[in-house]
Amino acid sequence: MSRALLRGAAALALLGALAGCKPDEPANSGAQPVVQRLSEQQYRQTIADIFGADIKVTGRFEPIVRREGLQAVGAVAATVTPSGFEQFDVMARGIAAQAFDDAHRARTVDCQPKAADAPDSACAAHVLARYGRLLFRRPLTDDEVKDRVAVADAATRSAGNFYAGLQFALATELEMPEFLFRIDRSVADPDHSGQRRLDGYAKASRLSFLLWNAAPDSELLDAAGHGDLDTRRGLTREVDRLLASPRLEEGVRAFFSDMLVFESFDTLAKDPLIYPKFSTAVAASAQEQTLKTVADLLVRQNADYRDLFVTRHTFMNRALGPVYYVPVASKEGWEPFDFPADDPRGGLLSQVSFTALYAHPGQSSPTLRGKAIRELLLCQKVPAPPANVDFTVVQDTSNPLYRTARARLTAHRTAPTCAGCHKIMDPIGLALENFDGAGGYRTTEAGTPIDASGDLNGRAFTTPIELGHALHDDPAATACLVGTLYKYAAGRAPVPGEAAWLKWLNDRFAADGYRLVDLLRTIATSDGFYAVSQPASASRDEANLRHGQGKEG
Amino acid sequence: MASAIARRTVLRGLCHGGRVALAVPLLDCLLSSNGTALADGRPLPVRFGTWFWGCGMNPERWTPKKTGPDYDLTPELQPIAPVRGKITLLSGFNVELDGKPNHVHWSGNIGLRTGAAPAQANQNDLPTLDVLIADAVGTDSRFRSLEVTATGNPRHSYSSRSTSVINPSEPSPLAFYTRLFGPDFQDPNGADFKPDPKVMLRRSVLSSVSDDRKRLLTEVGAADRARLDQYFTSVRQLEQQLDMQLQKPPPAEACRVPGKPADAPLGQEITQVVANHRLMTQLMIMALACNQTKVFNMVFTDSASSTTKAGTDKTHHTLTHEEAVDPAQGCQPQATWFEMQSIQAWAEFVAAMDAVMEGPGTLLDNCLVLAHSDTSFARIHSVVDLPIMLAGGAGGRVKPGLHVAGTGDVVSRVGLTLQQVMGVPVDRWGTGKMETRKPVGEILV
Repeated sequence: MSRALLRGAAALALLGALAGCKPDEPANSGAQPVVQRLSEQQYRQTIADIFGADIKVTGRFEPIVRREGLQAVGAVAATVTPSGFEQFDVMARGIAAQAFDDAHRARTVDCQPKAADAPDSACAAHVLARYGRLLFRRPLTDDEVKDRVAVADAATRSAGNFYAGLQFALATELEMPEFLFRIDRSVADPDHSGQRRLDGYAKASRLSFLLWNAAPDSELLDAAGHGDLDTRRGLTREVDRLLASPRLEEGVRAFFSDMLVFESFDTLAKDPLIYPKFSTAVAASAQEQTLKTVADLLVRQNADYRDLFVTRHTFMNRALGPVYYVPVASKEGWEPFDFPADDPRGGLLSQVSFTALYAHPGQSSPTLRGKAIRELLLCQKVPAPPANVDFTVVQDTSNPLYRTARARLTAHRTAPTCAGCHKIMDPIGLALENFDGAGGYRTTEAGTPIDASGDLNGRAFTTPIELGHALHDDPAATACLVGTLYKYAAGRAPVPGEAAWLKWLNDRFAADGYRLVDLLRTIATSDGFYAVSQPASASRDEANLRHGQGKEG
Repeated sequence: MASAIARRTVLRGLCHGGRVALAVPLLDCLLSSNGTALADGRPLPVRFGTWFWGCGMNPERWTPKKTGPDYDLTPELQPIAPVRGKITLLSGFNVELDGKPNHVHWSGNIGLRTGAAPAQANQNDLPTLDVLIADAVGTDSRFRSLEVTATGNPRHSYSSRSTSVINPSEPSPLAFYTRLFGPDFQDPNGADFKPDPKVMLRRSVLSSVSDDRKRLLTEVGAADRARLDQYFTSVRQLEQQLDMQLQKPPPAEACRVPGKPADAPLGQEITQVVANHRLMTQLMIMALACNQTKVFNMVFTDSASSTTKAGTDKTHHTLTHEEAVDPAQGCQPQATWFEMQSIQAWAEFVAAMDAVMEGPGTLLDNCLVLAHSDTSFARIHSVVDLPIMLAGGAGGRVKPGLHVAGTGDVVSRVGLTLQQVMGVPVDRWGTGKMETRKPVGEILV
């Protein structure tokens, strides 16, 4: 652990101790509980955490359609199609086969079966209850354990092998909806009569997926089982533990990957003749560079979120060196890098991940970049273009009058139907025209010098760096982060009954110097984060009695 | 049949009978000796598919003057010359927006496939017609439907029950091969058949995944209940797949297990798209001939085609908006070049299906394939006069090789016709102004 990280952890512990008094938190109505499908990353992380990082997960995850700008919200509408389930079946059988093979058995099966070729219900129950709890993120009921043991025993008899029996039974656990979906369960809120809140295990899942993008570990499930997450002291203790862990970086990276639409990297390609430097390795490295920058700045340094738009500190590897025109000494891996004070690069917007992702395969795109800044970083919706819009007159790059994108777009947005939207996208997108469609720096387009000046909501700038500063100072940027993070954490858009609570969250963020870790703590230790508006069905109470409040066995 | 054996019974059988001792009824007695048709005289299966390309065409260079058979081949229909007699061209059919916005590259595609103009971009509440057809005819084949794309992106799929249930496209020919012809494949023409004990075991334990279905469904709200129910339906379909693997498959004379394709690079550069489309075509044809599915969906390029050509700076989509019209040719030459690649690929697909002999004719004769795009003239995202082609005879139920000119009719007439031909019991289809009870009678036998 680095010294900075240790310092961070000490500071966190101190803050945790101070957080003992209940902050002045306004009421939050909450909304209906959600049922969220695990993302690919969450699934993979869960398997690695439980069975070891060497277990291969082989199969295709069916895509989740973004909603409200986030995969995390899309996951609340996602289901499993027949071909999607076929893939989950392939993955489950593959994982289960590895988990109990000769190489892993000693670690994964901590009881000795009576015979290798006969059922041993007690040992099977022990193993399947242990993994079932970690997979379902709550203890299994007695009936559930019995059902899994019945599968294991029957399969053991059929296959003539105890471990084969375990394997089949574990595969079913991996295929069950209780694993593939996070099912929020709620209980009556004893602190607020007539209201509801998430039960302890649902709280544990919310916390863990938000902060680590992983399923709750055994310790957190214990805390949930003991009712600790329902007390301020117990909740604060667990939140501090999760925040102090190096795994917090994974959680923060997952959030930014979602916010910045990084799944587009899966299929991002550039024309190799126009951008010969851009390769699969560059694409992967560009994405990693941004996530490293984010994790370093916002978690390790615990710096102001707004600095992300202006920081000159980043990381380089061999693949990125030629794209940035900088020497990279390390043959393998990453090295810290600082752009000099007079360098045109600095901040998130100048990184290849942003400029290459928001561009065409063979061309830059001020409009796509302007739209991404407005929608992703400022949460300002840009209306869709009219269906019958005509771009041809102004997009003819062979026209000597319109050599640069600026010249072409200026002509285009004088058309009244186009003006409204392009006025809000182009001035900021054009500021990044010094970066070509693959993120390379340039000063001219078609022989004509690039003019990167413009304005953001009235604030003028002349360079990409100055655009970063304008974004840094725009109050919409921090409000956007709070709103997006809350949507990500809750799996849904805010409801009207949460307005006062969200304002409080924004105020706290400002008071804490726009530090993301503090914002995460505020959310995670609040009551509002766990509020539920009302039971979704009449039988929910009864179900919760059976499942939500089971103590650790 | 294995499918009729309750899970508890199977488990009990496994418990009491020791090593796999389940008898699975064989179906030999149900098959005629020559294997071309079922002994009870039922004809060969009729299959349905869709084939999609993005960014449309140029109506004035597309639509033939002559209707009926032997229609004239306009400049943009030249690639289908070798298979014209097998392709019916439908012109003059529109998506009626019904007061809703024209969501670019979405309303035309989804309007055609669901019979309703979608209220929001990237959302559709209604099932696409391939899903409706698969529900009616696809339940007795191994896969209810198969979706593939030549673009490398699994999100490029226009087959969905709703926005939450989009059937993802397989982008990799190698992965598609493995799914079809990998270890789980039962060769219909295999010399001997023995049910695989491992599959039996998988089948018997799989049902236990749904043990708590009832309880779970009572615990969640209505919308989540529908989603979980879809999950359980998906489990059920895998159970049915396994049931089928435990029965001797009926022989399929046209079935030839194809070779394993190389792991080709995936992407949207046009030469990659064309190469992967060819590989997917061969695999899909054999998936049909080997009775693995009766319904399929192929995507050649995506809605709003982001296909590229090496060394050029604009995608197909960008070209449709930004390229100037060449007055001599009457079109945007580069954008039209991409369109011609699409039509060429479609002609190749049809020819490949027609090259497989099956029964008294060809595989194509026993199929009905709908090819269409998301728009007619892409520059303005027109949803009027959408380009639509049908290939195949649907087992003698439709007349191939005609040009039928609608006169601005709702395109839901086409969807209604296809469903009726495929045996979906439906007498009207479409929503609002798209509702129709009038099939395209000209093509029916």
